Amino acid sequence: MDLKELVVQKLKEHFPDTNFESTNYRDELTIKFPKEIVVDVCSFLKSDPDLEFNFCEDITAIDWAKRKDRFTVVYQIYSINNNFRLRLKADVDESDCKIDSVTSVWKAANWQEREAYDMYGIKFNNHPDLRRMYMPEDFEYYPLRKDFPLMGIPGSIPLPKK
Amino acid sequence: MGLESLLKQDGYFTTKVDALVAWARKSSVWPMPMGISCCAIEMMAVGDPKYDIARFGSEVMRFTPRQCDLMIVAGTVTYKMAPVVRKIYDQMPDPKWVIAMGACTASGGIYRTYSVVQGIDQFLPVDCYLAGCPPRPDNLLNALIMIQDKIGRTKAADFKNAKPPELELTQRN
Repeated sequence: MDLKELVVQKLKEHFPDTNFESTNYRDELTIKFPKEIVVDVCSFLKSDPDLEFNFCEDITAIDWAKRKDRFTVVYQIYSINNNFRLRLKADVDESDCKIDSVTSVWKAANWQEREAYDMYGIKFNNHPDLRRMYMPEDFEYYPLRKDFPLMGIPGSIPLPKK
Repeated sequence: MGLESLLKQDGYFTTKVDALVAWARKSSVWPMPMGISCCAIEMMAVGDPKYDIARFGSEVMRFTPRQCDLMIVAGTVTYKMAPVVRKIYDQMPDPKWVIAMGACTASGGIYRTYSVVQGIDQFLPVDCYLAGCPPRPDNLLNALIMIQDKIGRTKAADFKNAKPPELELTQRN
């Protein structure tokens, strides 16, 4: 069986109550699911002996600006054994801007989730060390949000005196 | 040099203290290589035998600010880096000079964005702006010659009333 079909079928078997949306665009498989089960899905994909997605390549987010579910958290994961890439997506709304951390599944998720938090302001529950990655600690804004001006907020980062 | 021929005649020569001090100062400018990004590669090229900054007496790149006269800020200065650059500048003993090397330090360059300081003259007194992205090594030598000319015009009285800067004791995290 094709690995793409296998991934979708296994997920549907293991999570019968969940609605998975899978799209196959340009030979890349994307699976979308509700954010509540993100840790369960990820640990299943990692531990299943036929799939073994043991490498978390990247975690980032998308800001859709005016959409109802404003943010989408995107996970790019890779199975070294099967040489197979998979993209996971979960929607997060601005009113409840939180999602569970997957650091318990992949250690590599630590800094990637910190980066997503720094740039988009999405909080990752149960993250061991959720500090800003690039911006100063006391910075109040999230630069990659669509409503953040390109040149920043004047005076938000103080410069030394001349 | 001319100095040897003068000394051969009488064994001494007359000059002004200001001129002698300025001559000594400008002939041994010790740079602080503040290499932050790609301009630093061109700054390193200046030290190699092809361009040879030793011809100008500036081959001693000191990696401690305490022994430097000239800070070469080579690279993109972000807002997060700015307090660090300023702190190192404050640690350099007076008199001191600054070269803003490359488009990023002079104006932010291609990085017209929230994270990059749009010109280091917002927090540092810059003596020489150096165009290019990155500038060629000979261009940096040209900047060094300009700094030497500027040092050569100084007098001891210029630094008489200079006060040490008030250091910021609180550190931003």
